[in-house]
Amino acid sequence: MGKQVLPPKLKLYRRLRWLRRASQGFFFVLFIALLLRTNIDTLDSPDAIPHISAPVDLFLELDPLIAISTVLTTQSLYRDLFLAVIIIVGTLFLGRFFCGWMCPMGTLNHVIATWKSRRMRGIKRLEQNEWKPYQRWKYAVLLIFLGAALFGSTQIGLLDPIALLTRSMTLVLLPGYNTLTHDVYAWSLHADLGPFSFLTTVVGWLVHGVLIRAKTVVFDQTFLILLIFFGILVANRFITRFWCRGLCPLGALLGIMSKTSILGLEKHESLCTGCNHCSLHCQGGDNPQVGLPWHQTECHLCLNCVASCPEAGIDFKLFPSREHSTPSISLSRRAVIGSAGAGLLAIPVLRSSTNPDRIPDPTLVRPPGSLPEREFLSRCVRCGECMNVCPNNALHPTLLQAGPEGIWSPMLMPRIGYCEPTCVLCSEVCPTGAIDEITEAEKAWVPLAGREETEGPPISIGTAFYDLGRCLPWAMGKECIVCEEWCPTTPKAIYFEEAEVQTRDGEYTYLKRPHVDPAVCVGCGACTYACPVKGAPAIYITAVGETRNRRNRILLDERKPPAYRTDHESDVAL
Amino acid sequence: MTDEQLSRRDFLRHTGKAAGFSALAIGGAVLLHEPVRHPFHQEEDEVVLRDLRMKDSDPQLIIARGDDPARMIAAALEAMGGITAFISAGDTVVVKPNIGWDRRPEQAANTHPDVVGEVVRQCMDAGADRVIVTDVTCNDANRCFNRSGIGTAAREAGADVLLPQEARFREVNMGGSMLGRQLVYDAYLTADKFINLPIAKHHSLTRVTLGMKNLYGILGGNRSRLHQEIDQSITDLGNFLRPTLVILYAWRVLLRNGPQGGSLADVDERRMLVASNDQVALDACGGELFFDLGSEEMPWLGMSESLGLGSAAWRDLPYEEINV
Repeated sequence: MGKQVLPPKLKLYRRLRWLRRASQGFFFVLFIALLLRTNIDTLDSPDAIPHISAPVDLFLELDPLIAISTVLTTQSLYRDLFLAVIIIVGTLFLGRFFCGWMCPMGTLNHVIATWKSRRMRGIKRLEQNEWKPYQRWKYAVLLIFLGAALFGSTQIGLLDPIALLTRSMTLVLLPGYNTLTHDVYAWSLHADLGPFSFLTTVVGWLVHGVLIRAKTVVFDQTFLILLIFFGILVANRFITRFWCRGLCPLGALLGIMSKTSILGLEKHESLCTGCNHCSLHCQGGDNPQVGLPWHQTECHLCLNCVASCPEAGIDFKLFPSREHSTPSISLSRRAVIGSAGAGLLAIPVLRSSTNPDRIPDPTLVRPPGSLPEREFLSRCVRCGECMNVCPNNALHPTLLQAGPEGIWSPMLMPRIGYCEPTCVLCSEVCPTGAIDEITEAEKAWVPLAGREETEGPPISIGTAFYDLGRCLPWAMGKECIVCEEWCPTTPKAIYFEEAEVQTRDGEYTYLKRPHVDPAVCVGCGACTYACPVKGAPAIYITAVGETRNRRNRILLDERKPPAYRTDHESDVAL
Repeated sequence: MTDEQLSRRDFLRHTGKAAGFSALAIGGAVLLHEPVRHPFHQEEDEVVLRDLRMKDSDPQLIIARGDDPARMIAAALEAMGGITAFISAGDTVVVKPNIGWDRRPEQAANTHPDVVGEVVRQCMDAGADRVIVTDVTCNDANRCFNRSGIGTAAREAGADVLLPQEARFREVNMGGSMLGRQLVYDAYLTADKFINLPIAKHHSLTRVTLGMKNLYGILGGNRSRLHQEIDQSITDLGNFLRPTLVILYAWRVLLRNGPQGGSLADVDERRMLVASNDQVALDACGGELFFDLGSEEMPWLGMSESLGLGSAAWRDLPYEEINV
């Protein structure tokens, strides 16, 4: 048997398929690398302002769904969300190349679906690769979220694949990897490995060189996030790329855009022998085989079909004949109106429950720079970038603290980490401006020598309160003052009352009993973090006094308007 | 195998397998069986003490005044017999500045970076194999090491700058009356020499943070409980880790709002340096010079004296004041 000579066209398509694989690999590695790189550059002088030079939000900013959804809610395109235009224009001309060539979530699904399986072979595989009505679900999903966006609520982050993957990686998988490497490192540091002691260096490098974080991080309530992510991946074992075909709202959006594509599949019926190889490897479930209409809107341009057709019976062409294809997404008008209407109506229904806009949840302490709650929720896509970048592991996803409308949005959990006084990184990475970009000087929590003047009053995120029944000097006659030591403001928000107290034995002793000055406290939570009273802390933070909400105040003494932009008119007036 | 006879070989193979695993299960159960719950007890570890003082040099104390920290350190060390009296060739030296907070040098919440650089350079010149500069910071370590200027100064002088790493802490029994088992950064457990580089600043409980209080920064885990018995805790730490040398550089002293400070209005310029190989004397001297405190107002001094850690009567030591 001589060497098989491939027709030149097939050869070309196979090369292009390798190019597609390389592209998927490149973008997936880039995605992970940017997540790991979500950290400040190396600092080298006291004057260096911590800054992130890598484009860590690149994928979120390329995502047209995030761009369009936030445009609907805010009528503006924040910062580099402008980049989404690249994908939009590309899709309008070429179709869903993003799904097949770039999307890291698509790549993950692709790999898992392609893994050999006894369940998904031959006729079974063929059958599930044929276009099915469930593929229209994703359009309904898209419309529901766009409907909600029309009502001013950005919910798209829950299922947008880039936000979902960023969140799942940041909050669950990377911390898991982090813990694993730390544990191995700790073990190897103190074990006698003999000739293998170089491994300690290797693991140390993995921990500190690649992962950068010196601390292991943990996140609150990640179980649900993991479960959803795991479910999406496992679904591939039953239906190839079920997520991409049936649920992904970004895929739906790009599908709609691809209706104008000038690149398409052309079928040459006369050459087809009916071997069905094209359909066997199809990713999108778009019917490349002869006999069924090819669905332009479902095709990921993975090129598997043309690269496996032995007869060169199908071709990707510019301005193809549309004889054997359909541009329709076959969603009825009733379904369109129903879905969008459902999304639109869902928001007022969700808001009928208690929500932070009406009655702020005391524990909902938002990161500094956060917009007023309504505006915040019109922008936050729950990507978790702020939680990823936080140097103190202070930001965690909410469950219902922000109401059902705000699930997985960021909140401060000072018992795990406090808000670092000079840090503004979360505001720097927020891709949609839910946390408005602020500077150290605008945050103004501590005087920076040489830069003593700050721009206006500090941006407060909450206020500290004592639980006198738990506080050592108040309840147990013991010295402490740790909260005061950690308080970063000048003057400190925590001050003492010198008290003469009677001990259990009837003797008298002097103690310093701490108080909070709510006019000075910025709500950083360092006191709560450092409080030695385990269990519930003796000093805790609530959101009251936050700069972003003028109604959430105790003191009559009104602070000047914040240095950062808020959209509340009342905020500007005073 | 309906009508077939079971062969002997098959019989042995099957029953053998079952018997083998059964033996394993029974053996394991017998081996691991705990008939009664072991009473709760923690094994008393051997007490670890790190006495890194020079055995053959007498306690002494130097007070230097001047403008150039590098020259002041050089002069002070010279007066104490030169750095070689403390650091030998091949030593691993841990240098511990106070890098607790995200503050700039002029805010006087952290040790001055020039002091760290000069001390590292002196150690390297004396032939030290490795000089480690480290501290367990309160604020984000990355920011503290940078904003204080210490990271850069130490690296440029040739030190290994180690940011605290969770994995590197080890639990040891200090055997103190307050502090028993504590997490200690492992460098302190293996180093040949230890140089403490504190700063003098206000503290609401002890009134002043000096050399021995600076030892809080060798601990990992939650150290905020230590404040309940702060004088005894400081004493226990000084007992556990006895430094080769302590150098307190008071270019500026933080008088209020300690230990973080912030405002330059809280800072007083003093341009003085105190060096000693007796950590108790150094604290007594620093407290008196910069905060006007008598040794009875710093209770850890008396406690330390009674443990033989040094002498609070610093004027009785051979001491020298020099102008540089």
